[in-house]
Amino acid sequence: MRHALSIRIGPVGFRIGSDWRAPIDQLAALYRDYPVPDVADFTVRLFAARAWRRVIRPSVTIGGDYMLPDAAPLPLAHGLLAGEMAMNLQLALGYRRHLLLHASVVERDGRAIVMTGESGAGKSTLATLLASRGWRFMGDEFALLDPETGLVHAFPRLISLKNAGIAAAAAAWPDGRFGPSLPDTPKGDIRHLVPPAAAIARMDEPAMPALLLFPRHGVAADTRDVGASEAFVRLTQASTNYVALGEAGFRALTGLVRGVPARAIDYPDGDAAIAAVEALWAGL
Amino acid sequence: MGRAVTDARLLVTALVDPSGLRLDTDWTALIAIARAEQLIGTLAHRLDGLPVPETVAMLLADARDAAEQGRRTALWEAEMARRALAVTDTPVVLLKGTAYVAAGLLAGRGRSIGDLDILVPRGRIDRVEAALIAAGWEWVKPDPYDDDYYRRWMHELPPMIHRERDRMIDVHHTILPLTARQTPDAAALIDRAVPLNDGLSVLCPADMIVHAATHLFADGDLAGGLRNLWDIHCLIDEFGTGGLADRAAHHGLLPAVARAARLAHQLYRTDVPQQWRADAPTDALFRRRLLARDGWGRSTRPVTRLAFYIRSHWLRMPPAMLARHLWIKWRRN
Repeated sequence: MRHALSIRIGPVGFRIGSDWRAPIDQLAALYRDYPVPDVADFTVRLFAARAWRRVIRPSVTIGGDYMLPDAAPLPLAHGLLAGEMAMNLQLALGYRRHLLLHASVVERDGRAIVMTGESGAGKSTLATLLASRGWRFMGDEFALLDPETGLVHAFPRLISLKNAGIAAAAAAWPDGRFGPSLPDTPKGDIRHLVPPAAAIARMDEPAMPALLLFPRHGVAADTRDVGASEAFVRLTQASTNYVALGEAGFRALTGLVRGVPARAIDYPDGDAAIAAVEALWAGL
Repeated sequence: MGRAVTDARLLVTALVDPSGLRLDTDWTALIAIARAEQLIGTLAHRLDGLPVPETVAMLLADARDAAEQGRRTALWEAEMARRALAVTDTPVVLLKGTAYVAAGLLAGRGRSIGDLDILVPRGRIDRVEAALIAAGWEWVKPDPYDDDYYRRWMHELPPMIHRERDRMIDVHHTILPLTARQTPDAAALIDRAVPLNDGLSVLCPADMIVHAATHLFADGDLAGGLRNLWDIHCLIDEFGTGGLADRAAHHGLLPAVARAARLAHQLYRTDVPQQWRADAPTDALFRRRLLARDGWGRSTRPVTRLAFYIRSHWLRMPPAMLARHLWIKWRRN
């Protein structure tokens, strides 16, 4: 394609091609500290569905090795978001080296907290806050669980901040490298943040899960135990490739919920959340 | 990125002569093309054990895993259909990918398998339909025109999907639309079918090749054609071509089978008899269509593709009917 870029995020290499220069330039700037893969695991394409759409009201169709038949195109101003969505899509539909959990992950001393919840539960914000307090950020979109070893691998792509989360992250990371503001996307206002340098430098170091968290933002502070069965069911729903992996996925997930304690935490604000997480961690 | 890969010849070469691949191959392009053509699992089997870069080896191992999981799922779906249809006392013949893996054929190695395709006698189709609905399958597109169209003119029921397992089934009663100019001998397909040990059966080798060739050259627009042609290559490789021409002629499908044998020979170097080794004048156009894929996995050559799309409809129905069909489809969209 006319404009191209190859990057590796954790164990996954991407080749991104685009009909336009802007999305590739933005991705190249934000991913400048990431390695280049020798061979890409996935090809991503950002293209104009009709030739004239390159220039007249340019709109970016998302494609690649794996595609959704009815994905709505985005305006060129949201080309960076289209690139991120297309990379996520490849993983969600095509990746099977690890069990994918829709979760954020932070690590300390080789042990990881895996945080999962519905969109808006605050798992991304929480991971970003913890990363500003001495935890290593391992990812805010997918946790990659190895069925053989039980280790979770990092996938520290750009942190995708939404709406109120943007200001909160800007306060926590005054020196952070942010992407352009993307107002009024289908998911609200979005701004991308480059993960901390340590997250990128150490992205090939996996960690052993030590705590499963189901955070919920916006309610009075509370913590409760989550049984293995409930955790299992919630994680099957949070996995995009659990069914595709078959028995390996079942083994990975049952191993995780049997070996790792699970807690649900409700939190009214970031400080309360961090206090709750640190208290849980100290009590493990 | 090195020289640009402009068509799917790279994939064809890799399938035919995997040990001839150089380490500095454009692997990313090869993998993108193989995925787009649904041949990644097949490629992974062809390259198994050969020296490739480590990243590629891991990718191909994933693809073999995926194909194995797909095989297991396909066989389970066939078993579900067998159980659902046991009450109908109807012979059930597996077709295409599920048949290849159920019979343990070379064509099934690493093959991606989508829907479950079965063939049953036309006289039993109502009973089969009722049994499937009772067992949890339901209509995918309950549109009156489409439904009526399928039932009057097609070689299969409208597609059904299982409400719990989310898998599609295509129930065929012959191998070409009723509106096509050729009329294959559907009863003979079922009479000659080869039983497997579980009560299901598969087409006899010659009919399997006839069906694969028909599907590719007498019906569709050649989308995914490299995969279907690879099936034909493997079937000929495994069964030879003895009796194939007679059987194809019996079904009125010799031109499609001859086309398949020639193109398999031209692209995959399939061992075929002398009469199918010479190029026909139009073969180049078919190769051009089959290889229309660039190193980014994009389909190329839009004019050629459109021509084959029009051809597919032309083959499928007489002109007046085609006009009416397209008019109704166009008005609705």
